[in-house]
Amino acid sequence: MKNEVVIKTEQLTKRFGDFIATNAISFEVYAGEIFGFLGANGAGKTTAMRMLCGLSVPSSGAATIAGCDVYKEPERLKKSIGYMSQKFSLYEDLTVSENLEFFGGIYGMSRNQIKAKADRVLKQLGLDVDKDKLVGSLPLGWKQKLAFSVAVFHDPKIVFLDEPTGGVDPITRRQFWDLIYEAAGRGITVFVTTHYMDEAEYCNRISMMVDGVIKALDTPDNLKRQFNASSMDEVFFELARGAKRSAD
Amino acid sequence: MSSISIREINKSYGKGTIAALKNINLDVAAGELFGLIGPDGAGKTTLFRILTTLLLPDSGYATVGGYDVLKDIKQIRSSVGYMPGKFSLYQDLSVEENLRFFATVFGTTIQENYNLIKDIYVQLEPFKNRRAGKLSGGMKQKLALCCALIHKPTVLFLDEPTTGVDAVSRKEFWGMLKNLKREGITIFVSTPYMDEANLCERIALIQGGSILSVDTPVNITRSYGEALYAVRSENMPLLQSDLRTMSEIKTCYSFGSFHHVTLQVNGSSKVFELLNSTHPSFEWKEIEPTIEDCFIKLMQHEK
Repeated sequence: MKNEVVIKTEQLTKRFGDFIATNAISFEVYAGEIFGFLGANGAGKTTAMRMLCGLSVPSSGAATIAGCDVYKEPERLKKSIGYMSQKFSLYEDLTVSENLEFFGGIYGMSRNQIKAKADRVLKQLGLDVDKDKLVGSLPLGWKQKLAFSVAVFHDPKIVFLDEPTGGVDPITRRQFWDLIYEAAGRGITVFVTTHYMDEAEYCNRISMMVDGVIKALDTPDNLKRQFNASSMDEVFFELARGAKRSAD
Repeated sequence: MSSISIREINKSYGKGTIAALKNINLDVAAGELFGLIGPDGAGKTTLFRILTTLLLPDSGYATVGGYDVLKDIKQIRSSVGYMPGKFSLYQDLSVEENLRFFATVFGTTIQENYNLIKDIYVQLEPFKNRRAGKLSGGMKQKLALCCALIHKPTVLFLDEPTTGVDAVSRKEFWGMLKNLKREGITIFVSTPYMDEANLCERIALIQGGSILSVDTPVNITRSYGEALYAVRSENMPLLQSDLRTMSEIKTCYSFGSFHHVTLQVNGSSKVFELLNSTHPSFEWKEIEPTIEDCFIKLMQHEK
């Protein structure tokens, strides 16, 4: 069970004209793992993530996500994953409950399933008293926590989080990671990008992308040992310093 | 002399329902590199917009370079540089055209103040004919900085210049600010990254529209006021939940590979006893607080 592979890529590549955004990356992510996907601006993270989510067709190579082939089954793939974008993307003029109903419906959950699940999620977040408030009126920290809960509402096998804690206050940032741990504990695989190097430490394993390739992949402890560094910050500098690209 | 002086500024949105700034008082000395540190929604951008005359406060007043933000709008606009958080250059003008445009608007030329932007602009020069919209994130940021500097402002306002930028480029950007400081320009910069606080001479911590503290980074961490410990073991999530249930522990927050912990009055011996039984390989040491530790503590006081 522990070694069930839920993301597997082989030589996965994306070209735009003669620019190779993602260059033959191969890696595996296991079920229930918190996997940190790090890299400098322009390293090719977003492009890679879009391929893994079935939003962009690779130029070459192979990838299987939650048992789905990215070329042949992009639609089934999308149903098996959750995604939280960098930009807040819940409906601000719908209430908390309405957002949950809407996204639950999109993922094909039944009314009863949605209701039972919504009650549990609202209680967990402490949002039950605010369930009829418009999402737009919630404080930013709540919005981020709610966006995460929506992304895992349909119990996906994998949830992709694109810089979920950018600009969030230090207490909420930590509460957000409590939610990530809780989801991982339920067996959901968490694939997360971040610019906060302390958060890299909270991941089970980390990959570091530089100029379209994966330069390093290991547990935070092993990476620190490998680069003789005391923090992930130093590991990142060591690897990203030599980067030639800086697009995003 | 104060370069920026803010007195009892209040600002609310939505017909008074959302208080964006609550009674803000602040002084920034001429030539100072001053940081406004706080998360999204703290009120940073609102304060920037008031100081650059783009927004009127509900009450209170402020001066920038000796000019009144309510009355001397023209003087302020021609003497300050402002780099907004959102990229606001002309996407379909080239790098060079953008720079020339901003120089012309301010009645100067690129040549006249070239020495001020030289170190930054040489990195952009290979792309000077590229449209601004086609630049990478890091390059856009450098061009925006050049455009905010080309009229040799006395005060430079930078609203979250490093948000969404990777750790290496962030370091590089702060290096550029240090060089600008040497030119005598007052720099008022905001950031949500707590670790950047140490790169400023003085900082204000802001949250929920209120300033929590204003001082040098060193003085802020010195005034933490109690012992802080870093703890780790092989099972960090379990260690955290264990620590949080102990009545001897006052606070426990994750900080990278350690948890930072404060104690209720006296005694870690009971804690050690408990940890020895459940986390035999635990590591425990007293540490100096970081700005983020202080921010968390001040946030709790606010509540």
